[in-house]
Amino acid sequence: MPTLSDISPRSAAWVTPPMLVLGFVMLSAPLWLGAVGLYQYLGIEIAIWMIYALGFNLLFGYTGLHSFGHGAYLGVGGYAFGLFQHHVGSSLWGGLAAAILAAGLAGVLVGAAVSHRRGIYFALLTIAFGQVFWFSSIKLHWLTGGEDGLLNIPRPPLDLVFLEVPLGDNLSLYYFVVAVLALAILALWRMVNSPFGRILQAIRQNEMRAAFVGYEVWRFKLMAFVLSAMFAGLAGGLFAMAQESAYPDVMSLHQSGLIVMMVLVGGGLVSFWGPVLGVVLYFVARDVLGALTETWLLWYGLMFMAMVMFRPEGLAGVLHRLRRRPEPGATPRPAASEGA
Amino acid sequence: MALFEARNIHKRFGARVVLEDISLSFEEGQVSGIMGPNGAGKTTCFHVLTGRHAPDRGEILLQGRSIVSLPPQRVARLGVARSFQIMNLFDDSTVLENIVLALPAFRARRRKLFSAAFADPGLLDAARGILDQVGLGGREWEPSVSLSYGDRRALEIGVALAAQPRVLFLDEPTSGLGTEATQNLAQLIKRLRQRYTIVIIEHDMRFLFQLADRISVIHWGQVIAEGTPEQLRANKWVQRSALGELA
Ligand SMILES: Nc1ncnc2c1ncn2[C@@H]1O[C@H](COP(=O)(O)OP(=O)(O)OP(=O)(O)O)[C@@H](O)[C@H]1O
Ligand SMILES: [Mg+2]
Repeated sequence: MPTLSDISPRSAAWVTPPMLVLGFVMLSAPLWLGAVGLYQYLGIEIAIWMIYALGFNLLFGYTGLHSFGHGAYLGVGGYAFGLFQHHVGSSLWGGLAAAILAAGLAGVLVGAAVSHRRGIYFALLTIAFGQVFWFSSIKLHWLTGGEDGLLNIPRPPLDLVFLEVPLGDNLSLYYFVVAVLALAILALWRMVNSPFGRILQAIRQNEMRAAFVGYEVWRFKLMAFVLSAMFAGLAGGLFAMAQESAYPDVMSLHQSGLIVMMVLVGGGLVSFWGPVLGVVLYFVARDVLGALTETWLLWYGLMFMAMVMFRPEGLAGVLHRLRRRPEPGATPRPAASEGA
Repeated sequence: MALFEARNIHKRFGARVVLEDISLSFEEGQVSGIMGPNGAGKTTCFHVLTGRHAPDRGEILLQGRSIVSLPPQRVARLGVARSFQIMNLFDDSTVLENIVLALPAFRARRRKLFSAAFADPGLLDAARGILDQVGLGGREWEPSVSLSYGDRRALEIGVALAAQPRVLFLDEPTSGLGTEATQNLAQLIKRLRQRYTIVIIEHDMRFLFQLADRISVIHWGQVIAEGTPEQLRANKWVQRSALGELA
């Protein structure tokens, strides 16, 4: 079975074939989405969730910290974006910066409390904190608008100093989100192949060993927590913009569980690209199965169970297996798995 | 002054006293052996000396500086490396990466989020040098899980060496090794002894007696005998448990 860490420890390329494939698919999507019975807004959702899932997997897959309350940071990002537009001024960059910083701050607070915990205690604490954020978002009516959420969040135009691009229509917003996704992917790809990222993976593999070669384990865990919260915040800000509102539901335990499912089904435990596959599969299942039956989530859930039982390495693992049948007895010189 | 010294270490788990009153000192450049029956507290003693457990009483000095109750990562950074009785490697990683992760020069780059982890050829060369030392030269791209048991033991020692320690603690390095692998390991330790201060817990007396400058016998949480291998051959406990092995 491939693992997240079995890439060649030679300098990882900046751009890899899967990036090009994804880039091509995403950039051309507006041309064929309609033809296959889907719609532009779905593309926006998928791209946003890819950012969220990839950032989440820095924590979940790479560092091996199983957070089940990550929706909180998506939500915080959404509210921060909306509040910025309402109370500070209409600004895309300002709103996104606020979303990232607010989620990062929430990540620091929660991360500091959980990064000394392990296993089930870690998971339970992330759930508990997630519930606190969710509950607060419902109860702090004056700030968040309660159950209705923050409404009428504008889509500020993209301000590139020399030109201003309106993002009011879904097509331009889609391309903007894809551009942000591309940056997020580049940043995360660098990160997981950086000294910092390799240390996170060492901690996942053997925390005690990592401590005994001198690493301050909890600091790395905290940092991974904060970084993944910031990516969630960024996704949350974009989502608030896409929805033109922010509401408590994304912070619910149910939603936090879904991102875990997406990452697992896609193969986030064995591949950088697992979260991407998982997100696509989820949203397409939601729309295609959802059009056929009200109980689509049941079928998705059953598929999830089958996956966990028979193919715990997820979609990415299955693809990896199909692509590369290892010759028996060959000395593995793991160069080809770089983009797995 | 001894390079590493433990004075009157007392450690209990709940009501169970595991280390009653242990004092040990390890001289620079020497190989020290620790032996004793199963459950005597040898591994617990290593855990206390390397920061895994804080002792309830006692003092631990590295070059005269107190390191008692420091966490493992701090103790490690001060130059104390160890291997474990139960194998302890980064199993998803290649042989090379196991070593690289332990290099202080790599640790110095730990805050770099966006630069390539292994781009520095100096790091890779340093890691290869260590693999050569422990007899794993040319195996750097193999996943560490695919190594044989003996090679994994050697890699563990490599990981400890990579940290450029002043003191190297090895907990039963020969356990599970065949005769040949044990002899190879003895050769390795003979080569290392000039450069490191080494402390070995070992049940294999033949192995220990050919390597150690001094040996301490731990029993019931205390040091019951101490001396050169020659002196210990006369010890009653050693004679009884050696069962003629050293005759
Ligand atoms: N964390 C712990 N909590 C409670 N008891 C412990 C703990 N660690 C060790 N012990 C007990 O301390 C005693 C000494 O254990 P230790 O592992 O140090 O022995 P050892 O000398 O290394 O034995 P062996 O030769 O079998 O490796 C054992 O009885 C063990 O059960
Ligand atoms: Mg032991």
